[in-house]
Amino acid sequence: MKELLSGNAAIARGAYEFGVTVAAAYPGTPSTEILENLVLYPGVYAEWAPNEKVAMEVGIGASLGGARALVAMKHVGVNVAADPLMTFSYTGVNAGFVLVSTDDPGMHSSQNEQDNRHYARFAKMPLLEPSDSQEAKDMVGLALDLSERFDTPVMLRTTTRVSHSQSLVEIQEPQPRKLKNYLKDIKKNLMLPTYARPRRVALEKSLTGLKEYSEESPVNRIEWRDRSLGVITSGISYQYVRDVLPNASVLKLGFTNPLPEQLIRSFAAGVQKLIVVEELEPFIEEQVRAMGLALAAEGFIPYTGELDPGILAAALINAGIITSREGIAQNGYNLEEAPPVPARPPVLCPGCSHRGVFYALRRLKLNVSGDIGCYTLGGLPPLEAMDSNICMGASIGVAHGIGKANPALDARTVAVIGDSTFLHSGITGLLDVVYNKGHATVIILDNRTTAMTGHQHHPGTGRTLAGEQAPAVNMEALVRVLGVNRVRVIDPLNLAETEAAIAEELAASEPSVIIADKPCALLTKATRPAVRVQAEKCTGCRICTRIGCPAISIKDKRALVDAAVCTGCNLCLQVCREGALVKGEEKHA
Amino acid sequence: MLKSIDVLMVGVGGQGTILASRVLAQAAQAAGYDIKVSEIHGMAQRGGSVVTQVRLGEKVYSPLIVKGGADVLLAFEKLEALRLLSYLKKDGVLIVNDQAIDPVPVLVGAAEYPPDIPEYLCTTVPGTLVFDATEIAGRCGTAKAANVVLLGAMARRLPIERAIWEKALAERVPAKLLEVNQAAFAAGYELG
Repeated sequence: MKELLSGNAAIARGAYEFGVTVAAAYPGTPSTEILENLVLYPGVYAEWAPNEKVAMEVGIGASLGGARALVAMKHVGVNVAADPLMTFSYTGVNAGFVLVSTDDPGMHSSQNEQDNRHYARFAKMPLLEPSDSQEAKDMVGLALDLSERFDTPVMLRTTTRVSHSQSLVEIQEPQPRKLKNYLKDIKKNLMLPTYARPRRVALEKSLTGLKEYSEESPVNRIEWRDRSLGVITSGISYQYVRDVLPNASVLKLGFTNPLPEQLIRSFAAGVQKLIVVEELEPFIEEQVRAMGLALAAEGFIPYTGELDPGILAAALINAGIITSREGIAQNGYNLEEAPPVPARPPVLCPGCSHRGVFYALRRLKLNVSGDIGCYTLGGLPPLEAMDSNICMGASIGVAHGIGKANPALDARTVAVIGDSTFLHSGITGLLDVVYNKGHATVIILDNRTTAMTGHQHHPGTGRTLAGEQAPAVNMEALVRVLGVNRVRVIDPLNLAETEAAIAEELAASEPSVIIADKPCALLTKATRPAVRVQAEKCTGCRICTRIGCPAISIKDKRALVDAAVCTGCNLCLQVCREGALVKGEEKHA
Repeated sequence: MLKSIDVLMVGVGGQGTILASRVLAQAAQAAGYDIKVSEIHGMAQRGGSVVTQVRLGEKVYSPLIVKGGADVLLAFEKLEALRLLSYLKKDGVLIVNDQAIDPVPVLVGAAEYPPDIPEYLCTTVPGTLVFDATEIAGRCGTAKAANVVLLGAMARRLPIERAIWEKALAERVPAKLLEVNQAAFAAGYELG
């Protein structure tokens, strides 16, 4: 039976069919749906870990414990997990282990677009690159088999267009599979220098075996067509090549570390002109060049942004490989006369609890080091109340560093971080502030969920990925036990309280934490009556539009509140100086 | 040989573009097509533009439609029709919901919502179908079914039988909402 599945859903299906019984992840676009799908299958334990490093360690433990394991994360998540990963490739596995890295070329929802194929090479581990959902599912099985056969973790690397596009997948029933025995083998698993040195040698030997495998792997295949042009490609780029160059011969690589050198050489020998087509980094191209093979064009595809058939066609024309966009359409409208189209940027939702904090920070003209989550949108107009944003958990260390660089800045600098992000990797940053006698003021934007990726649970929500009840960490107590004496909880939709709290904590010469405590507006379905406008009092000053609420607009020089969108959070009332905005009336039965 | 068809569905978060693309994919599968659907999650959930690409054919490779390559542009909101018009092939089908959802730059007065989008679209793309799907859906029982009215209007113009569409709709829509959605689909289908 065939089902239409996204790449992520297909990976989950593959994990189920090929006997994965333990999985862990931290949510991150475009990887999130892998575990959300996997948890639904019977006999699979799947969890949200507080961060990717922990997820990786849980997966390692599961493998040692004899269960096939899958760990999923977005590309930047592998940076967090890199520490255990680099050593795990030394110890190798007991039961099969697959690490899914979902890269995000074009940065649809990410702060950078790193190409994680380099991680596979760096960690000396096998790398598989599916090009559609069927391959994504099949390659989970292949990865687990290779993991056990070559005693190594395996990376399955997708990109957004594989993870988030859907294609037909053949569904099969899982085969029964037994847990392996736990192996007590300290020479293999206890990585202190005397045991690690032989493992380093064993790793090289294993790579030699993997190179041989790569030559014969069924996922590395030559498709002979017209031999005047040969294309080496992998992953989603394969699909673009088939659209743009339907007649070219193709070496489709599904197993890309280590590369099949002999196969590449024989393909090169069989074509007149050879090129490599890949997205982001010239990962394959550089290795092909290092083999001494001549390429008809080098570096002709942009190294930045997401590839698509249009960009590929243009690049091939520029490089003189083809003369026209023969394989693909080019028959569009000339839109030079079209009216200008205003942008539709993402915004904080109506009723969002972060809005009050950012409005206050903007009014107080503070330096704000930000973090990863919905609230990063507080950096965009009209709020524009965030100065930096580096990676998960960085906000606190950055604020601390600013204060250490210039103590005069301390009283004007705050860090903002979400609850899920704080539990991911903010805790250690705060510990550092306390330990090193910083004065940072940290605002934890606690909306009780991982909102950006679609409301996933975390150790503070009281629920697991499977929806079961769980202990919920007490944020205030946690912060206190880290050594912060000044901790206060505020209602972020109360502007006066928020501003006063921020001003007071900035003035304190010790670390302080403000917990802005209000659940995500999309979680609490009960909304209060919509705000009303008293048109005769409105002067059209537009101050209410500075909070960036999608429910408020200016029509005929007066404020207008869209009652269908307004959640009655009443933040705008507190901004209006004329008293023109008033609370909606409660309906009485 | 099944004719290959590229459909771009565009709208604003919350308008039901994803559901509509699922119904199309389901109907296409039942009609024997190979399918690829591509959508972007993440930032789009926060009030941004939503674009779904559905490609049908004997065998589909790229999940992405090239500029100037879409056979159908189905727009759930008219500004989004304008934004993505460069993707429509000449002689392609353009169906537009005559509904305006102001983006924040327009709400705060930093940009203007173009006043005459339907006129421009109809002049540029002959045969453009513009109608108020939201109003039609309201008459069928709920304005929220505007997505299915639009789907119905598109279904009429694709080489997939009506019965297959109706079956796909029944499989994708919750039972308690099916009647309203069936009415919405029929209303769209009969727009001609």
